[in-house]
This record gives sequence, C-alpha cells and structure tokens, in this order.
Amino acid sequence: MISFLLRRLGSGLLTLAVASVVVFAVLEILPGDPARLMLGLNATEDAVQALRVEMGLDQGFLVRYFHWIGGLLSLDFGRSYTYSVPVLDLITERAAVSLPLALISLALSTAIAIPVGVFAAARRGRTADTFAMAASQFGVAVPNFWFALLLVYVFAVWLRLVPAGGFPGWHAGLWPALKALILPAVALALPQAAILARVTRSALVEVLGEDFIRTARAKGLPQKTVLWRHALRNAMLPVLTILGLQFAFLLAGTIIIENVFYLPGLGRLIFQAINQRDLIVVESVVMLLVATIIVINLLVDLSYAIVDPRLRVRA
Amino acid sequence: MSLLEIENLSLDIGGTPILKDVDLSLGAGEVMGLVGESGSGKSITALSVMRLLPEDARVSGRISFGGIDILAASEDRMNALRGDDIGMVFQEPMTALNPLKTIGEQVAEGIRWHTRANRADADAQARRMLDRVGLPAQKFPLTRYPHELSGGQRQRVVIAIACALKPKLLIADEPTTAVDVVLQAQILELLRDLVNENRMGLLLISHDLAVVTEMADRITILRGGEVMEAGETATTLSAQLHPYTRQLAQASMHVPERRKRHPFSPLEGRMSPKETEGGVSGGTASTLPAAISPSEAHRPPLLTVQNIAKDYPGRRTSLLRKPAPVRAVDNVSFSLGEGHSVALVGRSGCGKSTLARMILALEEPTSGTIAFRGETITGRDQTSLRSARRDMQVVFQDPYGSFNPRRTVEWLVAEPLHLLDGKPGRAERRELVSQALHEVGLKPSDMQKYPHEFSGGQRQRISIARAIITRPKLVVADEPVSALDVSIRAQVLDLFAGLNDRLGVAYLFITHDLTVAKAITDEVMVMDEGRIVETGRTAEVLTHPRSEAARALVEAAPDLHRAIAKRMQEQG
Repeated sequence: MISFLLRRLGSGLLTLAVASVVVFAVLEILPGDPARLMLGLNATEDAVQALRVEMGLDQGFLVRYFHWIGGLLSLDFGRSYTYSVPVLDLITERAAVSLPLALISLALSTAIAIPVGVFAAARRGRTADTFAMAASQFGVAVPNFWFALLLVYVFAVWLRLVPAGGFPGWHAGLWPALKALILPAVALALPQAAILARVTRSALVEVLGEDFIRTARAKGLPQKTVLWRHALRNAMLPVLTILGLQFAFLLAGTIIIENVFYLPGLGRLIFQAINQRDLIVVESVVMLLVATIIVINLLVDLSYAIVDPRLRVRA
Repeated sequence: MSLLEIENLSLDIGGTPILKDVDLSLGAGEVMGLVGESGSGKSITALSVMRLLPEDARVSGRISFGGIDILAASEDRMNALRGDDIGMVFQEPMTALNPLKTIGEQVAEGIRWHTRANRADADAQARRMLDRVGLPAQKFPLTRYPHELSGGQRQRVVIAIACALKPKLLIADEPTTAVDVVLQAQILELLRDLVNENRMGLLLISHDLAVVTEMADRITILRGGEVMEAGETATTLSAQLHPYTRQLAQASMHVPERRKRHPFSPLEGRMSPKETEGGVSGGTASTLPAAISPSEAHRPPLLTVQNIAKDYPGRRTSLLRKPAPVRAVDNVSFSLGEGHSVALVGRSGCGKSTLARMILALEEPTSGTIAFRGETITGRDQTSLRSARRDMQVVFQDPYGSFNPRRTVEWLVAEPLHLLDGKPGRAERRELVSQALHEVGLKPSDMQKYPHEFSGGQRQRISIARAIITRPKLVVADEPVSALDVSIRAQVLDLFAGLNDRLGVAYLFITHDLTVAKAITDEVMVMDEGRIVETGRTAEVLTHPRSEAARALVEAAPDLHRAIAKRMQEQG
C-alpha cells in the first residue's frame, strides 16, 4: 500500500512538472505583451522596455521558467501585473469563495445523486425509474449557466429569497455569505448530480445481478437491506471515479458560474487575468487547479482501497 | 408428512414455459438428487422453493414446506424462512460472497438478522460454524476477506452461511461443479455429515449422475422442465427403465471409439534427479511393448519440454525485502509424439495451465527449453513464432467467453488463417472455413451467424473448428468439456477422437476430470505442485495409481458404476 502511494505521488509530481512546462510554454506563445497592455497604447517604447526589464520579461525562456518554478516552490507566486499585489494573496482571497462553492456543490450533487440512483435502481424498469432517468437525461443535457439563469429568475427575481449575484465576503457573517453561494452551488451541482445519478444507477443495477446478492437474499435479508448493505458499497468504485473526475469539471464550471453570479472567485480571477494578459496570475491559478486535481485523484485512489479490500493487497 | 412437498409446479418466465407439472418430495434427513442437463429447470425449481425467482416469473401449483404454503406466503414470512429454516448453497463459490465484507461479517449477518443476537454472540456462533466446515480460527480468522481464500474454502464459507442456523432444508445447487475432484469429495462429505448431524433434508442439484448417486437416497430426473423419472437412486439407475435415464447414464460413462489407439508410449517421463525418488514413472519405454516402427522411432518427437520452470513474483511481505518468488511449474520434462493424445491431470492450482501457456508460447518460462517439431520456441520473438503457432492451436474451457460476440462465425473461425504464409483470398477463406465447420459437424450456412445463436456444445465445436483450420499438428485443450452437459460432452469427446483419427492431430488435454482423460487419451501425466509426479498409460495409471497425488485424484473421482454398486450393496 505504501509503495503504491509513493508511486502515485511520484506520478502526480511528474504530471505537475509536465503541466508547468506546458502552461508556461503556451502562455509564452500567445500574442499580447503584458507590459504594453499595462501601460496602455500611448506609452513610449522606452517605458514599455523599462517595465519589461523590471518584470523580468527580457530574460530568456528557461531563466524565467526556473525563476517561476523556484518561486512556486517557495510559495512566492510573484506579483500580479494588473493588481500589483502578490499573486498568493490574490489567490487565497479568491479561493475563499471558490473552494467553499466547489465543496458545497460537490456535497449537494452527491446528496442528490446517490439517493436518486438507488431509488431508480431499486425500481429498475418501472415508471419511477424511467421518470428519474428521463429527468437526469435532461440534467445532463442542459448547461449549468442555463440552470443558473433559471434559478436567478425564480429564487432571486421572483421569490426574492436570495441575492441574484455578488458576494458580501465572509466577514459579513456566515449566513449572508452562504446565501450568496446557494444558487451558484445548486446551478453547478445539478448537471453533476444528473451524471452521478445515472452512474450510480447503472453500477447498482450491475451489482444487483451479481451472485453474492442472491446469497444475501438467501440469508433472509429483505431486498432493501440487501440493496443498502451489500449492493451500494460494491457499486461505489465507478461512482468514486466519476466523483473525482467531476471535481475537475466543477472547478472549470466555476469560471462560467462565477461570471454569471458576479462572484469574486478563482474562476472570475482567471477569466479577468486572461483578458488582461496577467500571465503570472493565469499561470499560478492553472497550476493550482492542476495540483488540486492531482490531489483529488490521489484521494480517489486512496478511497478505492478503503472501499475495496482486494485493492489493498494488490496495491 | 414430508418436509418439502412440490406438487404440479409449473412456471413460465415472460411467457416461455420453464417448468411443467413438477412433483417432488423430500423428508427430514433425506437426500434428494435433482438431476438434469442445463436448461432442464433444476435451478429454477430450487429458486421457486426459496421464492427468489425473476420478477416476471409466473408460477402455479403448490410448494409446501413444513406445512407452510410457500407460493402464498408473505414476503416477510419468506424472509424469516430463508437463511433460517431453508439454506441454500450456490454453484459458483468465486462470486457467491460479497468481496467487500469479511467472511465473519457474512456468516454472522444471517445469524444476527434471524436471532437478533448481539454482535459478540453472533461472531462466536459464526466462529463455531466456520470451525465446523473446516476453516479453523488460526488460519481463517473472521477478519479474512473472500479474495484471500481459494474456491474450495469460499464454498465452505457459503456452506457455513447456509447452515449457520441449522436449517431443516438445505438446497445445494451444483455445489461442487466449479471445484476439483479432491475438493468435491471433501465438500460432499461435509454436506453428508451436516445432513446426519441435524437430520437436515438436502436437495442436491447436479448434472453429474455419479455425484448424485454417491449422495442421494432418491433421485428426480428433469428434462425440459418435466420430471422424466423419480425413485430410489440405486434402482432407478441400475434398471434405467426410462429411455432418458439410460441416455444420461450412458452419456456420463461414454468412451469415444477410436480407431488407432497408440499401443506404445512415446512419453518419456524424464524427471530431474531430486524428483526421481518421489515421482513414479509407470510407462518407461522398456516396460512397454516395443512395437515402434523404425521410421517412427527415428523421427524427433513433436514436442519436447526440457527442465521447464516458471516463477511468479510472490506477495510482498516487507517493504525492504524482495518477495520470494512462487514456483508454479517446477522442472518439468516430457516429450510428445506426433498424433498422440496425452492428458495432463492434476488439482486446480497445480500448474497445469501455466505449463500449457508456456507450450503455446504465450508465456516465457523462467528456465528450461521447449522445442516444437525440433525447433526451440522459447526465447523467440513473435514473428519467428508464426510457423510454430500455425501448427499449434488451443481450445479453451469456456465456450461462452472465448469469442468476440460481435463477429460472425466465419470471421471467428478464420482468425488463425493470418498465420498461413500466403494470405488466402476471400473465396478460399470461405472454403477453408466451411471445410473446418464441416469437420466439426456444423453446416457451412452457420458461417454467417453470431456466437449467441449457438448452444454451449455448438460453440465448443466452433472453437474446435477455429483450432483445426490451420491443420495444426498439436491442439492444446484446457478443460475443453468441463463446462458442457454430459450428452454434449460425449459428442464433443467423439469429435476430438474422430479428429485425432482423421487428421492425426496430437492432443494435450488438460483436465481434472479423470473420466475425460480415460475417454480420450493414451497417456497421462499427473501434476502436483508444479511437478509431474507420475506418467504412464492412461488406463494403467487410473486403475493402479502409484503416486500420492494420482491416488488422491483417482479415489476422489466419482464413478457411476462404483457408486451404483455401492448403493446396491448397502441396500442388500
């Protein structure tokens, strides 16, 4: 198990290294000079050149790459070109919005999807199953920003229960902050829940056909007990895989959702940074997302071993 | 009054009739054998008693268990009966246990559910039950997971689950079909003891007449969902009044007719020095009739295996130390002449299949060499193996799993043709396929069909057609008939024998079933823990086994003649 973890960790670090080269190189190729952008179109060539030197943009690719990597490793992410504040501060401030948002929607989607999946699997082939799966089909097909607009219209404009957008900050108190995150979290969660419910259902239906389910029934356990005690845990492996993959989509989804709801999160930050050629911010945020996803995948692998004893030995 | 009474049980699933007017009764302490071929409705009968039928099954008739009308009982009532008064053991021990729960949890679960015992008491009772089925605490603590146990051990756990609450009725559905003969004998004995201890009724379902004859007081023979004959086991099987009973009995003892049985053994059971004391060779060339024609004597053997060994990486016990390798095949040497038919027998896990894979060049041996037609095939790259592969084909056990379901029979059978030097054209290919199909008794028109359109026996014919299309010199068959019903098995054995006669194909038959070895091979090699411990002529080794391993196999193998004789004797 330990050697397995070390191996996974090693491959995670390698992925991170490769990602850093790719991210750096791609942004290098993209047109647009940050110094020129910061100073505006009327700036003199000399001023732009001076700023380039100040920002270190005149140095070679490798020098800047290693300088950047060294900075990342010592948690010095550099200064944002446009905001003129340390990137780290910027990221922590924005992550305080995006991370709770992602976690809430992950929890929401799981809380919706698993019961729906179990419900449908237990009634497979009947009307309730057909209905649940049709609804989830709709959820998969419809993009999350459409949900977002619908939710804003119903709950903010019409019922006036929650704000339509913006974020008061955590200092404004837990409840107002959470209230601002509810709609975006639901909008993010619904399409995810739809996918997850389908996966849960099909994994369960497959497990319910296994021999050991019959053994459990032959012990005298009622159908429902068998479903929860024997089938669900066995169906968890594919569900966990999808859950891990979904986290990446959730993070990507925040870019759109945060823009729809005017939330000052990482997604909005990266969107603005790209617009303003704030390369250092883009690079740092992308690396952070890559690292998060690697960690999540490691956790998913670990949870496999927790769920399935067979993987503990083989690993 | 009988413990279990089934009257006029009829059943259909989605409109397809499965059972028709089945009658069966079973008393306490009695063993009833329910025999029939696959699809005859044996398992459905068992599941009807448990009322664990598919949702779209429609049942009529009456099943009464201890006075309870099973078909009319409420679901709660059935839950109370299942696992408490009626236990059930299933065919496939590898999949019958939940892989994520410990064996202790799985045995204790039913106990807790029915008796409302607390965890400690239930665990203690589960422990006693596991001890009883032969899984002692030191080696098999309650915290073991199913994947840490072998098939036979898992079947013991399933029996422990079924018998934990001393049921009045135990239904065992093919409980030993998936295990080797030695284990089969042990499990049958365990079941017999449990019957005697608790005066339990046992409904034993099997397609193996010999097994049922050894175990059952009475027998019911099913075919196509109808009872053909029922009565005392010994009298029913010795009289064979019903034509189907006779057919079944004959099929299970079937020996294919073979024109030329090879009178001599080319099989030199050469063994390494350290094995010689333990191993016995019954058929060295000197003791056998010297009927070797000069031409044949000088020809090199078709296959020569020399001091072959295979190690697999063992399980790691420490982070720092390298795991000790597990030796699957240990210093095996033998040779096989052209056109000969040799059986490789042994218990599951003895290394038979590993040896076969090395001969087929699907796996590299750790040491030793294999020569085919005088050419070394070990340590060669894939392209230079082509001609060897052309002359060496394989038939696997499972006729269901070895085909791509989305391909036509033509494509499947033609697959090995790419090994030929000149790629045959479309017309030629069809001709070859239709010839191969004809050879195995199928029609050329079957070419356009897909595997699912065929029965198990027909599919095995297709895989034989695929094996012989390149006109190989050697066919390695890994348990080729053990998944088939007795009558189909008899036909497939005939087919193998006929191909041996007509095409002169040599066979290496891998099997744990001695009847199969006896039916179709001239010589036998007995394998145990990676080594060949005995070789000789099949008939001789199977009647006078000399090594421990061979003796164990022969003694455990159920034999219909012997079993009937024993039953008759018991009844006077």
